[in-house]
Amino acid sequence: MVTVIASISGNNLHPVTAQLVGAAGDGVTVLCPGGAGAAEAAALSGVSKVLSVEGDCFGSFDGGAWASALAGVAEGRVYAAADANGREVAARLGVIKGIAVVQDVTAIDGDTITRPIYSGKANETLSVSGDCVLTLRPNTFEAAGDGGSADVSTVNASADVATAVQEAIAKASERLDVTEADIVISGGRGMGSIDNWGQLESIADKLGAAVGASRAVVDEWGLSHGIQVGQTGKVVNPSLYIAVGISGAIQHLAGMRSSKYIVAINKDADAPIFGVADYGIVATWEEALPALEAALGNL
Amino acid sequence: MADVAVLLKQVPDTNAKVVVNGGRVDEGAVNKWSMSPYDEYALEAALAMGGSITAITMGPDRAKKMLTDAAAVGASDLLHIAVDDLTTLDSNQVAEILAAAVAKTGANVVFCGKQAADTNAGTTGPGVAEKMGAGCVTMVSELSGDAGGFLALRPSAEGMERVSVSAPCVIAFDKTSNELRRPNVKGIMMAKKKAIESVSPADLGVDVGAASVTLQGQAPPAEKPAGQKFEGADSVATVVAKLRDEAKVL
Repeated sequence: MVTVIASISGNNLHPVTAQLVGAAGDGVTVLCPGGAGAAEAAALSGVSKVLSVEGDCFGSFDGGAWASALAGVAEGRVYAAADANGREVAARLGVIKGIAVVQDVTAIDGDTITRPIYSGKANETLSVSGDCVLTLRPNTFEAAGDGGSADVSTVNASADVATAVQEAIAKASERLDVTEADIVISGGRGMGSIDNWGQLESIADKLGAAVGASRAVVDEWGLSHGIQVGQTGKVVNPSLYIAVGISGAIQHLAGMRSSKYIVAINKDADAPIFGVADYGIVATWEEALPALEAALGNL
Repeated sequence: MADVAVLLKQVPDTNAKVVVNGGRVDEGAVNKWSMSPYDEYALEAALAMGGSITAITMGPDRAKKMLTDAAAVGASDLLHIAVDDLTTLDSNQVAEILAAAVAKTGANVVFCGKQAADTNAGTTGPGVAEKMGAGCVTMVSELSGDAGGFLALRPSAEGMERVSVSAPCVIAFDKTSNELRRPNVKGIMMAKKKAIESVSPADLGVDVGAASVTLQGQAPPAEKPAGQKFEGADSVATVVAKLRDEAKVL
């Protein structure tokens, strides 16, 4: 039996939750930390029970308190999302329950688990004995559909928090997070200068895409580390990844090679990025970006 | 007694190629081993805070070199936990051994990276915190305060937030804006003479027992079929049409 810890976004279920349920199969219990998203979870196919876990500790994120409050109702094998909070709760839960944790899982076949290592430069297959806590990589498992009508019950459970939020700082920009977006367009050193970055952002706005960057330009042009794609930045797997002026260093490829479709735009026909591209365009960014903007306008 | 224990992991340099041979990543083919990048920020934060710092690592003998590197920039004490093959341990065993090592140093503040560049898991920081009965803040990109209490900047759903946490606690670092210090000649010479205490999990009082996760094999990522390649910006419109009609992602 599998217990899924729901991932919550605002007051709603984060879409990854349906993927966790899809991977878990039938007879799934879903725990909704703090209670948000319980009705949505109950409507997912395969869910037999939803527990709305309510307590003071769910007012802000505290991994220790959350894991402690959820431990009493998290039975059997536990699935959570491989996002920041899911990983932290999973790590704690494994210790509390004395069972192993495997993070960022990309395939599950009974007790055989696959996960990427070295940011996808390789994969490893593990066998687990007994119960375990797994976090699943978003956008990797097929989501459960609607059609469920599980009972929702409320459990009161809380625990002492060790952290307190002292200051909330709003996002500097309204841009999408590279790990959340369905389309990511990234720029690299081939774009010449930070002065040209606006052209990338303008196309991202047209596409509803997140903007990413290679390590080189994050370091050299002072861009936010939060948009760096690669082994020492974010690992992304959007439906579409567009790399502009990125040659494709090993450590960058590690962060984006699992994207469903990859488009590479580079003037150097021998750039390694073309080795992982589904669609390669040998052209300068100066010519290609206006053409891209125009072509998107004609869709 | 150490003020801060810093957990460090030695990993293949992130610019290194990873070669798989006979179902295992070939360590002999790794041309450079480095301190895992986020651990460097954890060490730097500890150095910036001052006080006595015990650098702890677990791994085979090769990992001792990284402890010497940590001493060269200022780590005061070096503790190596000898485990020849880290893939033989499950997450609970790792947390238990590291928590025992931290207890040995007497520190009740632990700094580490948010994840190591080999498994990218992020289990160790909060796992050790749970063993210690300590608070934990992960993905920390800015830290102020002292060993008694900290204010840590971390991402939140709305953007960023500053959270307070008091010792005992574990701080798991993301990249910070602190520039990493580089060793000078004097530091390197001193570090060469610095003793590394090497212990086994049993020496720490941990009976490791059987792991509940067993490595079956490692493999290179599935090769992608060769893509389509086009010349010149005139082909952009063609590719966009293919993204819509073939790939169906637009």
